[in-house]
Amino acid sequence: MVKPANHDPSDWVDRYGDYLFRYAMLRLRDRFAAEDLVQETFLAAFKDRGSFSGGSSEATWLVGILKHKIADHFRHQAREAPLEDNDLRDQPDSSPFDGSGHWAKGPTDWGGNPEDLYREQKFLDQLAKCLSGLSPNHAKAFTLREIEGADTGEICKILNVSETNLWVILHRARMQLRRCLETHWFNRSTEEGA
Amino acid sequence: MLSCKDVTQLISESMDHSLPLGKRIGVRLHLLMCKFCLRYERQLLLIRETVRRFVATEEKPGGAPGETLSEEARERIRKFLRNPQTALDKGCGRPTEEAGAAGD
Repeated sequence: MVKPANHDPSDWVDRYGDYLFRYAMLRLRDRFAAEDLVQETFLAAFKDRGSFSGGSSEATWLVGILKHKIADHFRHQAREAPLEDNDLRDQPDSSPFDGSGHWAKGPTDWGGNPEDLYREQKFLDQLAKCLSGLSPNHAKAFTLREIEGADTGEICKILNVSETNLWVILHRARMQLRRCLETHWFNRSTEEGA
Repeated sequence: MLSCKDVTQLISESMDHSLPLGKRIGVRLHLLMCKFCLRYERQLLLIRETVRRFVATEEKPGGAPGETLSEEARERIRKFLRNPQTALDKGCGRPTEEAGAAGD
């Protein structure tokens, strides 16, 4: 008896549904959009199931499709909400620098040995919250660069921005994210009081 | 002479492309003298490293438990995969008007 090249699509949702959903949620932080993209991924996979070679695992194949769906989603949003001046401009009231470009309030010492942060669920929740607090274009650029690991050329095409502008956006995103984590995570004990 | 404001921008840029030699040297010299900018660089790198490690652990099927598809979405997708051709013909979107959907 010859085994079929790929599993029965009817058990895809049980085998891979949550996995794909988490993958999408990590990048979109929007339950509704993530569920839609998972559904679209299965739809595209079904239509294209003849192309699954079996060379990679089925999970890898499905994630590959989902990656494209996510990039399309960002591309579409970038067309709907193009870059604004505010995405590039200094926010005077939130700048950590004084008029001469020196730190008005420098980064605080984060202390300890925070190498295992990636295992701390509460930290990751805070990170997601801080990301959601960024402007949509900043959050997307950061997500594509640091979570998706895309190179800047690719991100420029998806977000339809020049490379120079992307560097500025990523700089702003990192700066705000760093500060958000400092306030809500690293300095939280002093903030909460005891 | 680079200001701290310039240096933070260049630290970020150096995470995205390699800086021209002159700027690279300017940044390194600045970091020798400025503990805030040095701290800033370390913290950005820590955030990058933490995100990467987390992504690496997360992205395995059956890996870390976490959020799951809603029952509604699961059922919708299941229905489609049971009978794909009809779903493809009808279009397989989220129902636009949900029966019994109540306002808040």
